[in-house]
Amino acid sequence: MELELKNLYDDFRDGNTIKAYAKMIKEDAKKLNKPINIMEVCGGHTHTIMKFGIPQLLPDNIKFVHGPGCPVCIMPKERIDHAYVLSMQEKVILVTLGDMIKVPGSKGSLQDARSKGADVRFVYSPLECLKIARENPDANVIFFAIGFETTTPMTAALLDAVVKQDVKNIFFHINHVTVPEVMKELIDSRDVHVDSYNNRIDAFLGPSHVSVISGSRIYEEFPRDYKRPVVVTGFEPVDVMQGISMIVKQFIEDRCELEIEYKRLVTYDGNKKAQELVEKFFQKGDLFKWRGLGNIPESGLRLKAEFSEYDAEVKYKDVLPLEEIEDHKLCICGDILRGMASPPECTIFGTACKPTSPVGSCMVSSEGACAAYYKYGNLI
Amino acid sequence: MTKTITLAQGNGGQENNELISKVFYKAFANEILEKSEDAAIIHGGELAFSTDSFTVSPLFFPGADIGKLAVCGTCNDLAMMGAQPKYLTCSVIIEEGFPVRDLEKIVRSMKKELEVNGAVVVSGDTKVVPKGSVDKIFINTTGIGEVLKKGISSNNITQDDLILVNRDIGCHGATIFAAREDIDMSSSLESDCASLFPQVKALLDADIKITALRDATRGGVSAVLNEWSKQSNICIEVEEAKMPVSDEVNGICEMLGFEAAALANEGTFVLAINKEDAHRAVEILKTFENNSDATIIAKVTDAHLQKVILNSSWGTKRFLDTPSGELLPRIC
Repeated sequence: MELELKNLYDDFRDGNTIKAYAKMIKEDAKKLNKPINIMEVCGGHTHTIMKFGIPQLLPDNIKFVHGPGCPVCIMPKERIDHAYVLSMQEKVILVTLGDMIKVPGSKGSLQDARSKGADVRFVYSPLECLKIARENPDANVIFFAIGFETTTPMTAALLDAVVKQDVKNIFFHINHVTVPEVMKELIDSRDVHVDSYNNRIDAFLGPSHVSVISGSRIYEEFPRDYKRPVVVTGFEPVDVMQGISMIVKQFIEDRCELEIEYKRLVTYDGNKKAQELVEKFFQKGDLFKWRGLGNIPESGLRLKAEFSEYDAEVKYKDVLPLEEIEDHKLCICGDILRGMASPPECTIFGTACKPTSPVGSCMVSSEGACAAYYKYGNLI
Repeated sequence: MTKTITLAQGNGGQENNELISKVFYKAFANEILEKSEDAAIIHGGELAFSTDSFTVSPLFFPGADIGKLAVCGTCNDLAMMGAQPKYLTCSVIIEEGFPVRDLEKIVRSMKKELEVNGAVVVSGDTKVVPKGSVDKIFINTTGIGEVLKKGISSNNITQDDLILVNRDIGCHGATIFAAREDIDMSSSLESDCASLFPQVKALLDADIKITALRDATRGGVSAVLNEWSKQSNICIEVEEAKMPVSDEVNGICEMLGFEAAALANEGTFVLAINKEDAHRAVEILKTFENNSDATIIAKVTDAHLQKVILNSSWGTKRFLDTPSGELLPRIC
């Protein structure tokens, strides 16, 4: 039989399997001695959970805390303003991924810039920048690079090609961030921005695609040092149900471990080749500002000094704005991300803050917690 | 609303609706326009009248081209009001440098599709503009149709109706997305672009009790269902597993993070049919080419008025919202 795409997901959406897991989780949850809050770190998981109605299948003593793992949601206005200003420069084509172009900074979104005449394009693969640069030799193509461990290797592959082919008109504005650092901030920080003293996160569902690249080992410290179990989980509803079941079993069996649900592709070490490519070009930056959370140490990547000739932040430093922009006062995204509030508790949720006019980080992309609540509703 | 027009305001979804109501309805408000039907019903209910402008990139794509699209689009709007397309106008705005050979090809497609509908082009206009003023060619068609069956309206759907689709959904949107130069992808997908009048005629000839019809163009099936839920003040409950989606469309949705129900169609329509006749209507629809997946997808209830609910096969529910924003692929 020929393998088709649907073979890869059909079984993982099987109604009977999902119902069977729901029944098992309900039975197991009766043995829990306290309610548990599970943070799904990644926006892709938030999307699955809301789209497939998973909270409706869980008992009252298991709740989700929707994490900060959406690269578009966490992008601070300062960085979006950079993209906006860059796109408005003469002879610049600004290229980025997917719905990054929808998110407003303080000057507007990249969509707005485009409607004012800027050449803004989105690509599915960063390597498409090579073609754009070739077809527009008089323009500078600036790749506004975003994403977690999953998309960083693609940016590295583009830079690798740019260096090898000696392409002179592609530049990079790097906004890559890493998952473990923000997880740590959410459970163990006394920073003014991220005071996690009252966080209510008992366990983590780790995103599988991040670990396909980085391995499961990046989460080792959470069960060991912070007493939070982690289960690296896939994105289909059956995966998520199985991941939850594994977490519940850890609690009732009094275990606290790092486990892999997504054994189809995740190993302990991950994709070494991709990691080497990333290490060749990038190093950890001191601080990266996260929308809704503030500055988090060592959570962002930047280009190594020897590649600064490709760095748009160096080449265009004279035009890039530097001023800090505060998050909206009424927005409670920070609390939502720490599990201390849910989206409907926000006073501007669905009124001043909607997907078409987002105020806070959790509403800006379809993968944010507030956007998922708004879109799919909560029928229970 | 934004100060300048964005692409999202042409998406057939929320932003588009807002623009139409705040600018055009505000200025042009009248009883006929405010019915918000696919085509206006005029002249004592005898005639249907509609217009549509067409721009698509690429101009030629698997399954159709801009010419076929330009005739189908307007004729389908007329057919959705139970009208037979009769007379069309055709206006084109052409960019300097456009190949005449391509123009001829487009016009040949239009002619062929007019024959399918039994309609003729009776008036037209041609403008040529300097390079860069339009993207290759824009076509507008306006059509008049003769109403064969009065009273078809999106404002009259009740719990006595069932909701049907004539075929698998999302093919046009997925095809165009796959064919666009900035997404490098190969697939065997074809646009569903087709004239719907023959199907409507067959239903009318069989005396099927049709309450409402709407072709699911921009915004897809979910936009139609949401519009109907508001216009008729009802709740539509869709069985997710019954919504027909081909493997190819599903594959593209999975890769790029789209929902098939939000993808555009050009030969797919949604029907509200009286319960008594719904199964008979499905059988009639199935006799047409590409319609083997015609089926009942939803029922009308009063659970959440003016909302569309999607029921999963494992017992959960969620809202199926009007699509919003520009169609953009997910990031990872």
